[in-house]
Amino acid sequence: MMPATVFRPAEPPEMPVEEEHHAFVELEKVTHTYGRGDRKIQALIETDLRIEQGDFVALVGPSGCGKSTILKLVTGLITASSGYVYVAGREVGAEPVRVGMAFQNPTMLPWLSLRDNVMLPLKIVPPFRREYRAKRRGEFRDRVEALLAQVGLGGFSDKYPWQLSGGMLQRASLCRALIHEPQLLMLDEPFGALDQFTREELWAVMQDLWMTRKPTVLLVTHDLKEAAYLASRICVMRARPGRIVEESEVAFPRPRTIAMSYEPNFVALTQRLRELIMSAQADKEETS
Amino acid sequence: MNPQLRRHIASTALIIGFFVVWELLCIGFDIKDIVLPRPTQIIATLFDRLPAILPHATQTLYTTLVGFALGILFGVFIGCVIGSSRLAYDVAYPLLVGFSSIPKVAVVPIFVLWFGAGTVPAVLTAMILCIFPIVVNVATGLATTEPELEDVMRALKASKLDILTNVGLPRAMPYFFASLKVAVTQAFVGTVIAETVASNRGIGNLMMIASSSFDVPLVFAGLLILAILGVGLYVIFSFIEVRVIGWARRNDEFAMG
Repeated sequence: MMPATVFRPAEPPEMPVEEEHHAFVELEKVTHTYGRGDRKIQALIETDLRIEQGDFVALVGPSGCGKSTILKLVTGLITASSGYVYVAGREVGAEPVRVGMAFQNPTMLPWLSLRDNVMLPLKIVPPFRREYRAKRRGEFRDRVEALLAQVGLGGFSDKYPWQLSGGMLQRASLCRALIHEPQLLMLDEPFGALDQFTREELWAVMQDLWMTRKPTVLLVTHDLKEAAYLASRICVMRARPGRIVEESEVAFPRPRTIAMSYEPNFVALTQRLRELIMSAQADKEETS
Repeated sequence: MNPQLRRHIASTALIIGFFVVWELLCIGFDIKDIVLPRPTQIIATLFDRLPAILPHATQTLYTTLVGFALGILFGVFIGCVIGSSRLAYDVAYPLLVGFSSIPKVAVVPIFVLWFGAGTVPAVLTAMILCIFPIVVNVATGLATTEPELEDVMRALKASKLDILTNVGLPRAMPYFFASLKVAVTQAFVGTVIAETVASNRGIGNLMMIASSSFDVPLVFAGLLILAILGVGLYVIFSFIEVRVIGWARRNDEFAMG
């Protein structure tokens, strides 16, 4: 793999770091390309994004618009081809920020019980890691049970993943993403593979989790209703090369309910998002 | 009657039937025991000459187990190294296939040349025969870890070692045990080959001597011993397998237990 080339002016060593206000997550003119030569794909171009601490931001857009790329950049799983990604005021990776992740596929470990699956981050992430052996059967265990109970999985912690339904696994996956009290929660279409009713149920669960814990959340989704229900701010992306074309605040009061999603201004919002994405796709077809 | 019991009864009946047919054919066609002894003769020989056979059997078992243990040790190590990165996997695979395609009988003389006749070449032959399936399976198990799972671990800032011990190795266990069952029978093949070529002890050697003196029932008694030892070890490893990786089978016996 090639190291990413980042051009930047030489900084004087004792320059104060926080001279200006930095958002908790900040993308500055980030461009990212996959592959090289003829098979080069420009996933993101000159993208800017700011997420304040404790905010809930949803990324929506046509498929292949680089939503997941932004997620991976912020997590530090990949490095931007150019531009800067700041997390907690410093370049991503420099500051030890606790991150939780959940995907469309719940990726539970089949050889572990639900409890041990959810406990996995505590075994790995400092500072919990040090106390894991001592607290595994005491405090940590109680904590896992409490969190599982909060998402409606009380009493299932001794079950194995293959004994549970997709919706239950996805709840457990959310628990695993949150058990180590992450400052940053990354959700990559976590409800995408679920049926309508389970999905709506889990939106409520997710909202509840966010309101009680207040992590900074970045949600990637195809579902506009989901974005409007959960997020405080929605960023609409355009595809190939991907960039954010529009941001809108979602002002509905919390806790939001499914009933609210049928109210006129909610419908108007999803309608507008839909048109934006459609026009972004149309643009793409014109230019290509 | 539950289907599992029926299966057991059917396979037991097949085994017994096989020997009965063999016995009857030998009697019916009046086949001489120098060509093909009857099962009853073989078993009688086995019991008559047990004191003479037993030291050879323990020697073979001992050699096989030592070779097998070494094979597991090196096999798992090499498998971990190769499976831990895509690059290592792609680079090392051709060499591995090359080594595995060498007929293992051909290397016995080399081992004899280096270490002299006796137990050492037999142990080494058993080892190299069983090492390949273990390496390939462990490496495949590690290399096929779901990328999303790795992303989850990397987002948690897990080290390579963390990922290996928490995800890679447990995930590779079903592959590992599947390979052990193949490997243990391969180890027997290795031991017997080496004993036949260059050793003065072991079942391979016993069969060699017996056949050169046309003691055919004894040759078959040796074969029977090998079969018993092989099946025994296979059963032991199957049992451990069920215990350790019941999660991978997902059958009803394990579920809701």
